[in-house]
Amino acid sequence: MSPISQPTSVAFNPYAENGGTILAIAGLDFAVVAGDTRQSEGYSIQTRYAPKVFRLTDKATLAVNGFAADGNIFVKTVKQRLEWYRHAHAKDMPLRAIARLIQTMLYAKRFFPYYVYNILGGIEEDGSGAVYSFDPVGSYEREACRAAGAASSLIQPFLDNQIYFKNQVAVSGTSHPKHLPILDVLSLVTDSFTSATERHIEVGDGLEIYVIVASGRSLTELSSIAGIEEVTGSASATDRVFVIRRELKKD
Amino acid sequence: MDHFPGTHWGKPRNDNIDAYGTYPLHAHQPRTDAFADGVQRTQQPVVTGASVLALKYKDGIMMAADNLASYGSLARFKDIQRASGDMADFQQLKHILDTLLIEQFVQDDGHKFGPTEIYEYLSRLMYGRRSKMDPLWNSLLVGGFKDGKSFLGYVDLLGTTYSAPTLRNWVWRYIAQPLLRKSVEGREDTLTEEEAVKILEGCMKVLFYRDARSLNKYQIAAVTEKGIWISDSRSVETEWAFAEGIRGYGAQTQ
Amino acid sequence: MADVYNKAGFDFSNHVRNSFLQSKGVPFPKATSTGTTIVGCLFKDGIVLGADTRATEGPIVADKNCEKIHYITDNIRCCGAGTAADTEFTTALISSNMELHALNSGRKPRVVTAMTMLKQYLFRHQGAIGAALVLGGVDSTGAHLFTVAPHGSTDKLPYVTMGSGSLAAMAVFESQWRKDLDRESAINLVSAAISAGIFNDLGSGSNVDVCVITAEGTTMLRNHVTPNERGAKEKRYKFRLGTTAWTKESVRKFVVDESVTQISVPAGGEAMDIS
Repeated sequence: MSPISQPTSVAFNPYAENGGTILAIAGLDFAVVAGDTRQSEGYSIQTRYAPKVFRLTDKATLAVNGFAADGNIFVKTVKQRLEWYRHAHAKDMPLRAIARLIQTMLYAKRFFPYYVYNILGGIEEDGSGAVYSFDPVGSYEREACRAAGAASSLIQPFLDNQIYFKNQVAVSGTSHPKHLPILDVLSLVTDSFTSATERHIEVGDGLEIYVIVASGRSLTELSSIAGIEEVTGSASATDRVFVIRRELKKD
Repeated sequence: MDHFPGTHWGKPRNDNIDAYGTYPLHAHQPRTDAFADGVQRTQQPVVTGASVLALKYKDGIMMAADNLASYGSLARFKDIQRASGDMADFQQLKHILDTLLIEQFVQDDGHKFGPTEIYEYLSRLMYGRRSKMDPLWNSLLVGGFKDGKSFLGYVDLLGTTYSAPTLRNWVWRYIAQPLLRKSVEGREDTLTEEEAVKILEGCMKVLFYRDARSLNKYQIAAVTEKGIWISDSRSVETEWAFAEGIRGYGAQTQ
Repeated sequence: MADVYNKAGFDFSNHVRNSFLQSKGVPFPKATSTGTTIVGCLFKDGIVLGADTRATEGPIVADKNCEKIHYITDNIRCCGAGTAADTEFTTALISSNMELHALNSGRKPRVVTAMTMLKQYLFRHQGAIGAALVLGGVDSTGAHLFTVAPHGSTDKLPYVTMGSGSLAAMAVFESQWRKDLDRESAINLVSAAISAGIFNDLGSGSNVDVCVITAEGTTMLRNHVTPNERGAKEKRYKFRLGTTAWTKESVRKFVVDESVTQISVPAGGEAMDIS
């Protein structure tokens, strides 16, 4: 049996886990970044509205999930670095450069990491929709879709099946589409979150979906969506950012 | 003479190029004073203070806290903070904030800290201290009113922040938050002062019944456009008559 | 080796092996725990019990509409929080023993009897059975309401709560419960208490089950309030026939065709085979 245990002092734990889930999907000329708005600790809800998705520029949004304090500070710092870039170069930082910046910022704290999973979504310089996902210490990758956070293990397999068509055989003589239409993507996002709310206790309350649309793309499909709101920063922007807010179950 | 065996990756020290054994540099620890071993950081609260309730209403924000181990509220300009946790850490926090406000007053540049600025400062302070593994063991509620807008925010020892129409800290969250949410959520813009006081009174009564570390003596504070108002100590009427009929905990009847 | 005879009660023969494996870091299965809100309160004519319907496995919802109000006897019910299996088996065992007791004594079972059986059973196992219970019923001595904690201690109060949502529910009782409530207000109060748990405690969720016990009888109001219905999905997820890939095809007929041939029996019956 175990030896007599020594009295141990409980050291201060600088981290907490604040629940919630985020996800992003890249389309041909748009990207969708979404997150629920519940912030929890243990079995209690701290707040029903704490945004996890942030507009960085008119072509980039960042979703953060994990330890909320780290996440908020991290977003503030990224925004600050982007502002410095704007002052130095008189333009917004391109998406792939933001991705590399986030990598170095995360790895800089390799031995006291930001306990945060980041997903960056937006429009590349070539006008294509892009999603970059990061681990807490800066390993990153460009992907077509990614879910992170509490319910990532519930949502990611669903996206693999519906976006990458994993385990689905195409009708013979045809192939699966490489990109889905925007309304299909938005439906998948909504269904992902309503389903995660059903089966994960830390997901719920509200849903915020950011849609970043490349310049030149028609906005007719988007204008049909109830309650959609434009949050593009500058009037001269060519790429545009929209947000859609939905209620999720509160139990 | 090799003073630092084991830090040379197996290479013997060369007296010709390192006569005083100063290489590698990382082998030289920063010097500490004789009391270094005695320095402790807050790892758990020592003297703890009571909890706080706060809600938003039509005219601003309102808070309630009982007078047990109360160390008063910190009221500056048109905002107010109440904190719970370690007493020494709270007083240190108060000192830091006082210094900041004196500095701002002396500068006299026309800029004044509003509740959002104080809140941002405190959350950065708390997060900075947790990042040094030297936290201030408190959870803070910051409420205020400026330029026609009310503000209510929470920050704790980890630097975790959030805003909501109703807030509370420590164990009170389990008891009072459900009541507060039920009576406030969605009504922040219509609740009158009388209703807000009534809601807080109801919560304080339940807390007195169910929190072993609370006291039936409390104060209510409100921050509105007109400024800060803090009530005298008051108490709620309690009802214990139902206990008359209770006999034992099981099969007892007498 | 199994014992020559099986002793009654739990089988601890794997305990030494399991604690050894656990000390070597072998992960063990976690039991489904009902992070729960369960409550009960007295009213004018008897008892109202209430429970939410969420069962969890860690942060995952295992069952969205489980039943936590268990049958003990016709006039006694028991809400269970804690390890799901423990609450189910403990209440089933006590229910069985209560029935035997009633048959043996020829009297209507009493709530204190169930309470005493439960506390002695739980105390015997020193907290290893993780059942936190709210027991209520009406018998010849009146209406009784108890909580039974996993180590076997009991409480007797006019309104009680248990589970991870107990504080949220108790806050509602403390601010609204009054003596001699009528049936409808008691049901509403219990629903409000459970709802406080459902919406403020992540371990509790879905629907409100209510059970009313009076001297006249017991009414189980399963899913009395359903504030958390799932909305319609935006997309349909029906897979086209042939979506799943296959490597080998073999078609077998499940219907077996049989033909029966009638063999005529010789007159006077068949001779016995004595070879």
